[in-house]
Amino acid sequence: MIRIFAVIFTVLGSAAWAESLKLAVTTSFHNSGLSDILLPAIKEDTDIDVQLLVVGTGQALRLGEAGDVDAILVHSRAAEEAFVAAGYGTRRREIMYNDFVMIGPADDPARIGEAGTAADALALIAQAQATFVSRGDDSGTHKKELSLWDASGATRGGDWYRPVGAGMGAALNTAAGMDAYILADRASWLNFGNKAGLDLLFAGDPALFNQYAYIPVNPGRHAHVKADLAIALEDWLTSDRAKELIDNYMINGETLFTFNATNPS
Amino acid sequence: MGEIWEGLSAGFWLVVTLDADLVEITLRSLQVTLSAVVIASVIGLPFGAFLAIRRFRHRRATIAVLNALMGLPPVVVGLVVYLLLSRSGPFGVLGLLFTPTAMIIAQVIIITPLIASIAHQAIRDIWAEYHDLLISLSTSKRQRIKTLLWDGRRALITASLAGFGRGIGEVGAIMIVGGNIDNATRVLTTAIALETGKGDFALALGLGFVLIALAIAVNLAIHTIGRTESEGKW
Repeated sequence: MIRIFAVIFTVLGSAAWAESLKLAVTTSFHNSGLSDILLPAIKEDTDIDVQLLVVGTGQALRLGEAGDVDAILVHSRAAEEAFVAAGYGTRRREIMYNDFVMIGPADDPARIGEAGTAADALALIAQAQATFVSRGDDSGTHKKELSLWDASGATRGGDWYRPVGAGMGAALNTAAGMDAYILADRASWLNFGNKAGLDLLFAGDPALFNQYAYIPVNPGRHAHVKADLAIALEDWLTSDRAKELIDNYMINGETLFTFNATNPS
Repeated sequence: MGEIWEGLSAGFWLVVTLDADLVEITLRSLQVTLSAVVIASVIGLPFGAFLAIRRFRHRRATIAVLNALMGLPPVVVGLVVYLLLSRSGPFGVLGLLFTPTAMIIAQVIIITPLIASIAHQAIRDIWAEYHDLLISLSTSKRQRIKTLLWDGRRALITASLAGFGRGIGEVGAIMIVGGNIDNATRVLTTAIALETGKGDFALALGLGFVLIALAIAVNLAIHTIGRTESEGKW
């Protein structure tokens, strides 16, 4: 018995030590399924084992500040710029974008399908006091939602507004259970398996644009971070191969992400 | 109801086809929790015996605290271990965060009080029975602890199995300190949380049934081994 376990431990222990890099990514990126396409390709091309830590944007930034990861891939521009300005990251590199969509019960009691803008849609939900699930976890999606609420001028906080403090998938599960409205990113929504009575009701407002950016953690602050691997990964993420994989990633015939890597900003 | 059947069949097929990912995360679950149980038993069993036979100031308080710690919230343990092991924390230089070692550390903290507490209850009963005999043979404290641990081994196995049960199903702490990294720190419970998040209830439930089956298998295995090595009754 002991011998069997000893063998198992040795095998498990030795298998994990290729060149590995820890990357904190948002739940929306991971739930979209794109990481399952990109990681094997990265491994194949650069021999880097990317270890994903799937967290909200807020926690991803915290992990980067503490030096617990080598790089982050998140989507909340203001927070990212503050992160780089404070010297935690070396630079912010835009990689790709998708968009946010408003999900709700298929019969759309608040009639947000007829709204002109995303802010109007939220105002209609507030007016109808229709149940709305908020991520409430300081993630990129949550920050986007809050900025849209501010733009709508509507007051929220009644019984109908439910911050759940959970990741994208868990929040979608809650919304499905309560037949509620929710703001989600398109990729997570399309890849979500428990749609129940929910449907995509509103999309297309430029305010719902969702830019993902890659930031290597500053080796000047944390000497142990694998800066060279982080740069190699950045080069790969901005390469033609990445462009091809990202642009061609589809679920049910719908393109999810659009590659738009530019020069470092 | 339909989803429960889907879960059962998903779990069945995962096991029958020996799905490579399933085997890997199952072995890692076992690796983490069994390591934690072994370490926690090495600490907790003698400590429980010590508490049973040794009289000292604050003994009652120690036992009360130990019993209370049985209910230690895993999320809090996870958070504290996380802060200690973070690169910006006191043990950051070791680089242990988001490794199986960190998960083992968290689980040792969670299950040691449980094992020590159950061991203490068991040993106390045996000690009441053996007290006069062991004293009259003028045994040393060390010999007494050894005798009690050996003669109480079945109760102590139960203590360790209770620790195993708490560890194998635990998700709060290992999610925080392990990070649920694919191919590195993903275990059955964190994989279930992940699949639930994706809305893939069938797969999540399938993994859940595998987890339950695993717990039963380990318990059966331990009991079988326990019976074969005992020479008659104690």
